[in-house]
Amino acid sequence: MSKSLLKVDGLSKDFGGLKALDAVSLHLDRHEILGLIGPNGAGKSTLFNCLSGQLSSNAGRIEFSGRDVTRMRASQRARLGIGRTFQLGKVFSSMTVRENVLAGFGVGAYGSFWRSISGLITRPELTESVDRIMEQFDLQMYHDSPVTDLPMGIQRRVEAVRAMATDPTLLLLDEPAAGLTHGEAEEFASIVRRVRDDGVTIIVIEHNMHFAMELAERMYVLVQGRIIAEGPPEVIRKDSDVISAYLG
Amino acid sequence: MDAYLISVFTFIGFWIILAMSLNLLVGYAGQVSIGHAAFFGIGAYTSAVATVKFGVGFPLDLILATVLAGVLGGVLGLPALRVRHDFLVLATMGINFIVVAILLYTPAFGGAYGIVGIPPITIAGVEFLGLSMLLLVYGFVGVLFILKVLLLKSWFGFRLVAIRDDEEAAAAIGINVASTKIWAFVLSCSVAGLAGSLYARQLGSVYPDNFGFVESVTILAMVVLGGSGTLIGPVIGAVILGGLPEYLRFLQEWRYVLYGVILALLMIFERDGLFGPKSRLRLALVRWRHARHRVRP
Repeated sequence: MSKSLLKVDGLSKDFGGLKALDAVSLHLDRHEILGLIGPNGAGKSTLFNCLSGQLSSNAGRIEFSGRDVTRMRASQRARLGIGRTFQLGKVFSSMTVRENVLAGFGVGAYGSFWRSISGLITRPELTESVDRIMEQFDLQMYHDSPVTDLPMGIQRRVEAVRAMATDPTLLLLDEPAAGLTHGEAEEFASIVRRVRDDGVTIIVIEHNMHFAMELAERMYVLVQGRIIAEGPPEVIRKDSDVISAYLG
Repeated sequence: MDAYLISVFTFIGFWIILAMSLNLLVGYAGQVSIGHAAFFGIGAYTSAVATVKFGVGFPLDLILATVLAGVLGGVLGLPALRVRHDFLVLATMGINFIVVAILLYTPAFGGAYGIVGIPPITIAGVEFLGLSMLLLVYGFVGVLFILKVLLLKSWFGFRLVAIRDDEEAAAAIGINVASTKIWAFVLSCSVAGLAGSLYARQLGSVYPDNFGFVESVTILAMVVLGGSGTLIGPVIGAVILGGLPEYLRFLQEWRYVLYGVILALLMIFERDGLFGPKSRLRLALVRWRHARHRVRP
């Protein structure tokens, strides 16, 4: 198996006259935690949306696990192993915590109508898997709680665990610490490290610089749709272009 | 049993099937449609043409009606891939008008005079009329209810609810949103077609007016009244709105006003419908059940 998991080459995305991404190129090795930072409007979430297939790019190529996924739909990429969370947090609001997590386990059955209609969700081995992952991420006490009744920190964790339940190779976390207290953010960081230790490669977008620098092993800095710096957090912290981009 | 009552309950059975089928689309998949009667009509006319003009018997006419309504439902559900919410409402309303116009202006469908002389269902020489037809219709209601429960316990049930709650999040866990919507239209419309086939066989005649916009709104009202996205809600809604006019015959011409008033009151006081997940009635039932458990030793 190749060490490289993701290769992005010359990715561009326009919204009318606005160039949200301008020939972005990056690479990612397996089992890395990569940080993606940049000021507001830099194009971080647009890049995530292009990587996960929520948006189609205008130019460029995305290679995931040796396959060209540039023209694939979001659902196909998810089934190939690209999991993600969203900036504003997207849980299935009518479901309980358990059902949200269970929904992630269906990833293998969602591709075809006939497979999805013939597979029942009440299989005992599935119940065991759901219980195991909920226990692993300390969600068991919220089991049957309606997900929208819970604090934002727990909802974000549910979203991340649901993405984990799809058994991803690459997990994209979009501002996972937003709206979390310092304690909740610390707790979330330890979860992310645990996920990486389980063999998942992670890209994390983060506004909270302290959180991002603590978590990431390597970082890209995106400003006005362009990558302006790349390297380990200690190098990024001292980069003059990065400092001027953040401080104006 | 009185022949009149048998007829009333048979028609309520049709409404139950229609409300259950629309609930799959509106309540579970979150695709609002006010053109459902069009597929009821497609099923009814398919059976009418198949039996009267080609001598096709049961159950082949019913299968044809179900399949044709489902296929056309899938094709006409294509707008749902491009438009959402209020635009989808308008698109489905337009579909209803188009189907009624085709039925009205195509000579093969008899125009405003419709198709008459549709024979009742006959199996092994036994004609299904009156009580036997009532039992057959409720047999279908039972089977469809069980199939719906199984469907909602399958991954496909999760696909429906997930796209209703959030399409982007659904796609992010591998759900093909477009295909899920199309299949929701296919399944929902095919069951409406099945109801249409049974209806044509029961009534013996079909007219374009039976499948108009008002019928579509009535079906939607049943779903909303009972509680969309619940198993039992649309059944209750269909029983109430299907049966009520028979007991309030003096209101007959005003029943649409009544539907309108009921819907408006519901939207104000009970948005989830009578049996919705957070409705007063359901919560009261839950409390009552808990109280009973506490009293028992």
